[in-house]
Amino acid sequence: MASYQEFIQQNEDRDGVRFSWNLWPSSRLEATRLVVPVSCLFTPLKERPDLPPVQYEPVLCSRANCKAVLNPLCQVDFRAKIWACNFCFQRNPFPPSYAGISEVNQPAELMPQFSTIEYIVQRGATAPLIFLYVVDTCLEEEDLQALKESLQMSLSLLPPNALVGLITFGRMVQVHELSCEGIAKSYVFRGTKDLSSKQIQEMLGLTKPAASAQQGRPVAPQDAAASCRFLQPVHRVDMNLTDLLGELQRDPWPVPQGKRPLRSTGVALTVAVGLLEGTFPNTGARVMLFIGGPPTQGPGMVVGDELKTPIRSWHDIQKDNARHLKKATKYYEAMANRSAVNGHCIDIYACALDQTGLLEMKCLSNLTGGHIVMGDSFNTSLFKQTFQRVFSKDLNGDFRMAFGGVLEIKTSREVKVCGSIGPCVSLNSKGSCVSENEMGIGGTSQWKVCGLNPSTTLGIFFEVVNQHNAPVPQGGRGAIQFVTQYQHSNTQRRIRVTTIARNWADAQSQIQHIESSFDQEAAAVLMARLGVFRAESEEGPDVLRWLDRQLIRLCQKFGQFNKDDPTSFKLSESLSLYPQFMFHLRRSPFLQVFNNSPDESSYYRHHFVRQDLTQSLIMIQPILYSYSFHGPPEPVLLDSSSILPDRILLMDTFFQLVIYHGETIAQWRKAGYQEMAEYENFKQLLLAPLDDAQEILQTRFPMPRYIDTEHGGSQARFLLSKVNPSQTHNNLYAWGQETGAPILTDDVSLQVFMDHLKKLAVSSSA
Amino acid sequence: MSQQGYVAAPPYSQAQPGMGGYQGGFGGGPAQPLYGHYGGPPQAFAAPPAGMMKSPVSSAAGMPPPPASNQYNPNVQQNGAHPQRYPAPQAASVYGQPLQSPYNSMASMAPPPAQQLTNQMSSMNLGNYAPGPMQSPPPPTSSVQQPFQTSPPQAMGQPQMSPGPQSPHMSPQMSPQQSPMSGPPMGGPPMGGPPMGGPPMGGPPMGGPPMGGPPMGGTPMGGPQMTGPPMAGMGRPFPGPPGPGGFQQPGPGAAGPPGYPQQAGQFGGNMAGHQPGMPGAFPGAPGGMAGPPQKKLDPDSIPSITQVIEDDQVKRGGQVYSTNIRGQIPPLVTTDFTVQDQGNASPRFMRCTTYSLPCTADLAKQCQVPLASIIKPLANLPENETPLYVVNHGETGPIRCNRCKAYMCPYMQFIDGGRRYQCGFCNCVNEVPVFYFQHLDHMGRRVDFYERPELSLGSYEFVATLDYCKNNKPPNPPAYIFMIDVSYNNIKSGLVKLICDELKNLLEHLPSEEGVEASAIKVGFVTYNKVLHFYNVKSALAQPQMMVVSDTAEMFVPLLDGFLVNYQDSRAVISNLLDQIPDMFADTNESETVFVPVIQAGVEAFKAAECSGKLFIFQSSMPTAEAPGKLKNRDDKKLVNTDKEKTLFQPQKGVYEQLSKECVAQGCCVDLFLFPNQYMDIATMADVPSHTGGSVYKYNNFQVETDGEHFLRDLRKDVQKSIGFDAIMRVRTSTGFRATEFFGAIHMNNTTDIEMAAVDCDKALTVEFKHDDTLSEETGAHMQCALLYTTINGQRRLRIHNLSLNCSSQLSELYKSCETDSLINFFSKSACRAILNQPLKTVREILVNQTAHMLACYRKNCASPSAASQLILPDAMKVFPVYINSLMKTAPLVGSTELSTDDRAHQRLLIMGMGVEETQLLLYPRLTPLHNMDVSIKTHPAPVRCSEERLTDSGMFLLENGHSMFLWLGQAIPPDLVQNIFNLPSLAHLQGNMCALPELDNPLSNKVRAIINDLIEKRPNSMKLHIVRQKDKPEMVFRQFLVEDKGLHGGASYMDFLCYVHREIRQLLT
Repeated sequence: MASYQEFIQQNEDRDGVRFSWNLWPSSRLEATRLVVPVSCLFTPLKERPDLPPVQYEPVLCSRANCKAVLNPLCQVDFRAKIWACNFCFQRNPFPPSYAGISEVNQPAELMPQFSTIEYIVQRGATAPLIFLYVVDTCLEEEDLQALKESLQMSLSLLPPNALVGLITFGRMVQVHELSCEGIAKSYVFRGTKDLSSKQIQEMLGLTKPAASAQQGRPVAPQDAAASCRFLQPVHRVDMNLTDLLGELQRDPWPVPQGKRPLRSTGVALTVAVGLLEGTFPNTGARVMLFIGGPPTQGPGMVVGDELKTPIRSWHDIQKDNARHLKKATKYYEAMANRSAVNGHCIDIYACALDQTGLLEMKCLSNLTGGHIVMGDSFNTSLFKQTFQRVFSKDLNGDFRMAFGGVLEIKTSREVKVCGSIGPCVSLNSKGSCVSENEMGIGGTSQWKVCGLNPSTTLGIFFEVVNQHNAPVPQGGRGAIQFVTQYQHSNTQRRIRVTTIARNWADAQSQIQHIESSFDQEAAAVLMARLGVFRAESEEGPDVLRWLDRQLIRLCQKFGQFNKDDPTSFKLSESLSLYPQFMFHLRRSPFLQVFNNSPDESSYYRHHFVRQDLTQSLIMIQPILYSYSFHGPPEPVLLDSSSILPDRILLMDTFFQLVIYHGETIAQWRKAGYQEMAEYENFKQLLLAPLDDAQEILQTRFPMPRYIDTEHGGSQARFLLSKVNPSQTHNNLYAWGQETGAPILTDDVSLQVFMDHLKKLAVSSSA
Repeated sequence: MSQQGYVAAPPYSQAQPGMGGYQGGFGGGPAQPLYGHYGGPPQAFAAPPAGMMKSPVSSAAGMPPPPASNQYNPNVQQNGAHPQRYPAPQAASVYGQPLQSPYNSMASMAPPPAQQLTNQMSSMNLGNYAPGPMQSPPPPTSSVQQPFQTSPPQAMGQPQMSPGPQSPHMSPQMSPQQSPMSGPPMGGPPMGGPPMGGPPMGGPPMGGPPMGGPPMGGTPMGGPQMTGPPMAGMGRPFPGPPGPGGFQQPGPGAAGPPGYPQQAGQFGGNMAGHQPGMPGAFPGAPGGMAGPPQKKLDPDSIPSITQVIEDDQVKRGGQVYSTNIRGQIPPLVTTDFTVQDQGNASPRFMRCTTYSLPCTADLAKQCQVPLASIIKPLANLPENETPLYVVNHGETGPIRCNRCKAYMCPYMQFIDGGRRYQCGFCNCVNEVPVFYFQHLDHMGRRVDFYERPELSLGSYEFVATLDYCKNNKPPNPPAYIFMIDVSYNNIKSGLVKLICDELKNLLEHLPSEEGVEASAIKVGFVTYNKVLHFYNVKSALAQPQMMVVSDTAEMFVPLLDGFLVNYQDSRAVISNLLDQIPDMFADTNESETVFVPVIQAGVEAFKAAECSGKLFIFQSSMPTAEAPGKLKNRDDKKLVNTDKEKTLFQPQKGVYEQLSKECVAQGCCVDLFLFPNQYMDIATMADVPSHTGGSVYKYNNFQVETDGEHFLRDLRKDVQKSIGFDAIMRVRTSTGFRATEFFGAIHMNNTTDIEMAAVDCDKALTVEFKHDDTLSEETGAHMQCALLYTTINGQRRLRIHNLSLNCSSQLSELYKSCETDSLINFFSKSACRAILNQPLKTVREILVNQTAHMLACYRKNCASPSAASQLILPDAMKVFPVYINSLMKTAPLVGSTELSTDDRAHQRLLIMGMGVEETQLLLYPRLTPLHNMDVSIKTHPAPVRCSEERLTDSGMFLLENGHSMFLWLGQAIPPDLVQNIFNLPSLAHLQGNMCALPELDNPLSNKVRAIINDLIEKRPNSMKLHIVRQKDKPEMVFRQFLVEDKGLHGGASYMDFLCYVHREIRQLLT
């Protein structure tokens, strides 16, 4: 049904919303039978260059517990100048400023094409953005140098009025005072002592008699600037800070043989969080943590300083052998929550060859909407460019970042919201549209997303609560309104409102319609988010089993088959790819920890639960392009059979970009044919994937790891581990064939997986 | 002497209560009441005319003495006569008896004969006094004296005599004062009133000394005169005949006017006599006074410290003192001599209270003379003495006795052809290591005796091997950290700027070991108020960096590299920093400070740098900020003179105690410069310095203009002092005795190892010895003090001082070998420690009792028999009572609410670390007349006795005790003198707060300034020069230092004290 495809695409483009079902079953019972819940991926700040924000404030429903925003779905009585809320049916008069309203003179928010609209709120003082660098100095000289340069460079990218601060740490934590002339001043904290926010502020001399900042609203910028010597406008301290960064030295405390440097990451973060908490609560702020190793002392320590005790692995964790894990996690979680409450987001830039404790620290970013970037060294383009991209700007010259977002969801009465999965925290706002059934972070209709960018996407899960015996009137529609308030990077407060509606359908009579309204891509990603969410707290195999069961149930529900006859099993087009997504999801690093360190798993999951649908799909099922002399580049199956000697393959897994030269190509390249004029075409062929890769690299955040390898190269494993092992050393029939390359694995292939699936789906005993 | 002012003040009386038991004795005050009781009856008589006539006052004083009362007063009177010692002159044996006789009269009354003692003691004594008649001693009695004066001789003899005319003691005069002692007995006394008068007179002559003479005869009159001559004897005053109640103080009762007596006592004598000016001195007195004084007791007649010093200087000054003889008594500390080390440590390093130990514990107990040694291990040597040799015994380290671990020294006896040696301490026989073997000569001495310092010298150093180092690692050079309080007070007073400016200069002259050019000392800087600021002054930096640590609850050092640096390398950065510090805090309004965290920071810094060192802390207020060691004002004047007074001296426990330990463990010495405007709880704040070998300097109400130079001089001296760090000392002794008590700025974890974070050239500790067993006269007693320390250049060294003493079973030997200066050092320290745990009153009683006991024991066992009324002092200890009396008048020991608690605590701590020279000077300040000196002579004019009487209206005197310095200007000072010194037309133009003399180019000014500078240079502490005009208010302060006079805050005059002691002695003897 092409129409649904278009519909879905159109909806995504306009509203940034992808629903798993685009027709909603009209009762709770039927909804549960659909296996995949009614849910959506919502990108609150989806870039809409064509959508100019309006310069006034939204009109709200006057019912106290509704407060829905006037939208195109509302019924309007132009004569009486009254509108009816489509969520609570309250009739509201228009405010006086709408006096001139008429059918031909409608405000934007009533026009259907403005189902998503952005308001600029003029109220309240605007606060400058705040960037607080928290820098680990226990780095190798070369790394530190690179990091210093990156940081110095970043100063030129910041808006001139933005406030910057610098905290460095190693064995001690130093908060640098930036305002002073002459002597460089810093406040030093012991790296082993946990401090309350109050203590920190006292120690920094920030306690003020009458704290105007405590009220929960942004402080007037000039006050704030005066009150905080540690956060100063870039334009004022530019030179100063550049020098300061230039003079940064490696942590001077000697590191004895066989020890790790003492790194007080935990305290450094507490200080950063405490500092912002005291000075700029509820103001957009970004704490940027740069670490070159795991926290080794004080609260939040992840591993001791003895090199002979390695940092925890999945094995240790499963054996309950990770001494510091629970404590550290708890510590960082508490901090993340505090930070989230204050609307500050925390980025982690971890560059080290070994793990750096992301597993414990991930919540800092996950709960506050910060970035996590993982690299091998600060002296790599991966880090440098990624970091630069943090400060990228949109067409209007504004940063692609927003702060202090609050997402509120309003639903019509037949639907309630179960929860959300994404870089957010609950604001615990109970209301009539909150379901008791929690999925993801639930129990609330409001979430705080401290750091947002245009691709930040939340998975939101709903529940149809309509009782089976109280059918929705024919032609009725369920509506959902997403209200996102945030601080734009140009410091404006804005509110973006997206209102969508979907038709109700009776699952008994209209099951085909419902089936065809299924968005398998969205569904796959949403189910994957649920799976990943579960994986955080459950054992890996349990999650896989749950996913399998859901898949089987879905197939049973929608497959066409004869009982107990696997060969008769068929899925309609709208579901046909779904099992394959699930197959790859099962093999993905989001659910498989084998071969990944806990840090890597955390890192992958972090990105998975925040990227939009396209990127998420790439993560689930990487894209493989093939380049050859036989024709233009083409996408090929992610299958071992695609690995041919005369092809160049480009695989994009989101995290890695692999260019794989087939055996023959590799030999040619080695022989240097590309240097010869007569083999210009070969040169072109070699360049083609590079150019395409470059294109991806340009836009992707974070920068993927770029891998250029060839047949037999050690790095080829990145490719080999991803493709469907249709040919392995086990299925001998593949041996000697011209096509494909066998993968040395015992993993099941897609074919085997499907066979099993069919068998189970048609089995009457299941 | 503006006594008027004081007169009124009844310091005396008040004081008494406070004072130890003895006070009562002196004190007129208390006495009065007593009179009432006892006196009741007597008074009657007294009151009468007689008293009146002369001067009520006098009578009063005299009276007191009811029999029983021990107090002095009573006796005094009676005895008064005695005091004047007779002429004892010639005869060492006895004082001029003849003379005495007259006086005796008084005495006679009572138990006459007995009284006189002969001083056998020493002839010397006699000699000393020779001078003319003594004047009236003084004080309390003064009143009494006056009376005398009026009607001198006759009075004495006769009146009193009435009772016993027969025995006219000279004492009379003295007696009055002292009389107390005997008082009671007097049967005859009744007469009282009149008598008094009499007695006094007698007094005049003899000052007092030994009553010895008294018995003599009866001629009253004679008395007086004789006195003059007699003095010879001991100057000791004394006594009042024992029980004599001869006179009772009839007068006293009469006197009624309590007030007077006292006053009279104090100034009476003197005033009247000397200073006419003082007219009003006593109210009642006038009449009396008027009578010119003919006779007062002659203070010159009692043993004089200045005389003793002068004599010793004459006798031994400028000579070479070779330490080759066991038990040899060194010259006095005040004497200028050169030491040649010939096998015993120089007295500059070690001095003993006696150089002849009693052989048995019983003897020691009997005489009660403390056996102690005062050790100043790093004392500076004058340039003409050889610095210590450094001995290296190679990798195995110094050779030591296997059993007792004593180091190789001259007392090791080589035997067996040189293959073995017997330890001089434990007698263990040890093998001589092969490399150390040497043949013996015909005397049994090693052939290389003169080549090896450890065989032939008393003091030398060993190079310490790694075994003697912390963690077996060679030490790093020490570091000095300057920690400046930058709170509001210090900024406002300009102190911070002053320090910063001075440091730039000072750091160029950090000390280094001899022969090494560049100082190895590292320096670091911290400023603080409620938080601490550390500075990174690494030479590579263009600008210093400041690191603030606000976590004062758990101190740490925020940086390692760049905090402690070599000054020469980082000069530019440091100078930049020092320029900026005053500005950085210029507009601070932080007035709270922390303290303990500051020291902790220093300790942590040393820990991190693995070195030892010294903290220079400049603090202006009590640490009240929320942090460990926060203090509260616990000053409570109500506690003074109660049993709880000791709590004022006790440091707060807890964190401070712990901190001292940490400091010592790390070798962190703390020097504290305090600039208080109010109470700071120095007892607590100075606790750490006082356990880490540090010093405490205090500048009350600091003002840059007046105190700046003074402070900077102290700072310079302190920084440049030679010093050793991370020291452990042990005193080993030969068998039979051992070190049991240790006093000083030290820390002890066990009973033998003396730990000091640092020890500098001025710090001395006092070690007391006790017998374990019998000592042998033959072998004598050896002691070896071994100090393991890190030099200023970071080398580990062992410094060894050896000293051998005689042993004797004769007490007379012991008394002969006593060293008063050392004794007083011991008593000062033990008293200062005792007041932490005992009421002051008890401590003072103990001091007096022990003094009396020591003297009584001498009298009993060593002196030839003589009348009990004679005070006989061992020659070596003849000035001992002055010191003890002065000690009891020092701030810590005198219970007065007028003294600030901090000052008292501070002085107490100062005393704990003092060496012999310092205690000597502190307890007997130098009072030097400058108005009549010969400016062409190079040497300093001779000091005179510390008494008001020595001052003259037209004179100019310099008084100095090592901590304070006064230039006293008489009212009638000639204008040309003023012109020469101050370039002012008259005294009236003198600015009150002047603290330095203008530089004028005339011989007098040059000379005076040279003297002052020389003294300031010579003393371990710089002193602020106070210029005091006679009768100006500040003169009060000055007068506190006239230690022979009655104390301003309580405490007896020398004369009174002597009388009192004498009475005690007599009691002991009966």
